[in-house]
Amino acid sequence: MRSKVVLRRLFRNNQARYGFVALVALVLVAYVGPYIGKYDWTEKDFMAFLSAPSADHWWGTTSIGQDLYAVTLRGMQKSILIGLMVALISTGLAAIVGAFAGYFGGWVDRVLMWGVELLLVLPSFLLIAIISPRLKSGNWLWFVVLLAAFSWMITSRVVRSMTMSLREREYVQAALYMGIPRWKIIFRHIVPNMSSLLIIDATLNVSSAIIGEAALSFFGFGIQPPDVSLGTLIATGSDNATGYPWLFVFPAGLLVLLVLSVNLIGDGLRDALDPGSNS
Amino acid sequence: MGKYLLRRLAINVILVVIASSLAYMLAATTMNPRAAYQGRQPPVPEAVIDKTLDAYNLNDKTPVLQRYATWATGVVTGDFGKTWNGASVNDELGRRMFVSLRLLILGTLLGFAIGVALGAYSAVKQYKFGDRLIGVGSFVLMAIPVFVLATLLAIATYNLNRGLGFTLIEYTGEYNPKLSGFDQFLNRLNHLILPTISLSIGGSGAAFYSRIQRNMMLDVLGQDFVRTAMAKGLRRRTALMKHALRTALIPSATYFAFSVGTVFTGAIFTEKIYNWHGMGAWLVDSINANDVNSVAAVTAFTAVCILFASLLSDLLVAALDPRVRVS
Repeated sequence: MRSKVVLRRLFRNNQARYGFVALVALVLVAYVGPYIGKYDWTEKDFMAFLSAPSADHWWGTTSIGQDLYAVTLRGMQKSILIGLMVALISTGLAAIVGAFAGYFGGWVDRVLMWGVELLLVLPSFLLIAIISPRLKSGNWLWFVVLLAAFSWMITSRVVRSMTMSLREREYVQAALYMGIPRWKIIFRHIVPNMSSLLIIDATLNVSSAIIGEAALSFFGFGIQPPDVSLGTLIATGSDNATGYPWLFVFPAGLLVLLVLSVNLIGDGLRDALDPGSNS
Repeated sequence: MGKYLLRRLAINVILVVIASSLAYMLAATTMNPRAAYQGRQPPVPEAVIDKTLDAYNLNDKTPVLQRYATWATGVVTGDFGKTWNGASVNDELGRRMFVSLRLLILGTLLGFAIGVALGAYSAVKQYKFGDRLIGVGSFVLMAIPVFVLATLLAIATYNLNRGLGFTLIEYTGEYNPKLSGFDQFLNRLNHLILPTISLSIGGSGAAFYSRIQRNMMLDVLGQDFVRTAMAKGLRRRTALMKHALRTALIPSATYFAFSVGTVFTGAIFTEKIYNWHGMGAWLVDSINANDVNSVAAVTAFTAVCILFASLLSDLLVAALDPRVRVS
């Protein structure tokens, strides 16, 4: 079984093992941690504004008296969710668009690739920055869609060129002559044969989406209040980072750990799935 | 090659036109420059607001296509219009362009040079201690987003300065306008230290290049032509530098060309965090100020830069890779 071989290779890989352990720990902290803390993320402690970390408020409090521990974990949940969803959507889109363009060729290819070029030229930062604060009631799912819509293009070009070589393989030709519809061939024979590329891409997309969300939220163009994410917390924290370092250090540290662990897994996956490559 | 480049250029020009038109349309339909005038105390009469906005081609009562036509005729003759309060976008663009250039050129070059050197070194010393150290270091740096890195550097500098009791390293602004001559030059260099560090070592700088360069170099080192070069009597050093490194530079050079292309607009975070008033900061400020013409100008400018970057990368690859020139 190939998947067994891959899993064994993955867990023999030190990088991937550390990354996996760290990620599981972080997810546990994000989702179980709030039950251990004393405060809820919506609670405000009017007796403690901007207080330093203490036995009562483990990670200190914000300028409006929120418990930073609770708020940060809440933000981390959102960041993890955004990372996963954006990665799934954008890798899925890249696979579909790339495979259709590569398999059908001709005008389908030209139209799709032209769209890809256009999206690459369009300033995604500007578009998301203008659109996202104007979304009704700060619905963060729309933000996920926006972020995903601008992160699939380069992968789809790789998928396209891989599809063009897969198209000529005997088993694909055979399926075509057996009368299987072309869209079915794409989903049954082409896309599964690129699974290693897609899995690696999806993993690395998780970390870049988490960074992308944080980057946009840094300027207030991402997740809108009262919702919090690691990005919005880092943004408010960095304004007062010199005077009240805990406001910055905890969210930023968790963001870096999260991205680092996902990247470690992605790199390990690449070694396990694609032993020939060392890129 | 010439014909191919011309065709690429033509396609890119069309893409730039579309991208900046779409950006203008989006900005013109969603942003509201009127808000800045409506909120004034004492209130400004509506007729006066309309007249002012008309003069700047920002009036939302004019159909958007008509505004677009006015804007596009201006851009074709090299005039990007007026900002929301009537200043010339061209002047602003001319000034801010060079702020960004001064900020970024050093960091971009340093990041590339350090990254390529470290990457090549760690490929040659594969699995030795140096390679491991560089690998771990670049992995950690790649996971730190630039806004975290820049803020961390600023905190560290703040504490260092406070500990010393005087300002050793500046962490905000571009220069001190009170100084002049050589003192001001030194002061400018001092202000460059932190942004340059944060630009050159981070995920888009040395850490990134070192990983690409290491992988490419490892590929190349195993190839026959490097062994042949050594077999014909070249010293190991010469063979590595002239034959291996040159070939392995191609992908890094492509990325480098793109980062040179974005040299004017690529440092939104660094500019905002260290208070440089360059193009990146302008984009964020103009979005917040509902400044339609400035947003469109930055976008058009960025698109043109990317166009040149992709041409530059083609030329660089052709210069480094003889196979491209033949075909």
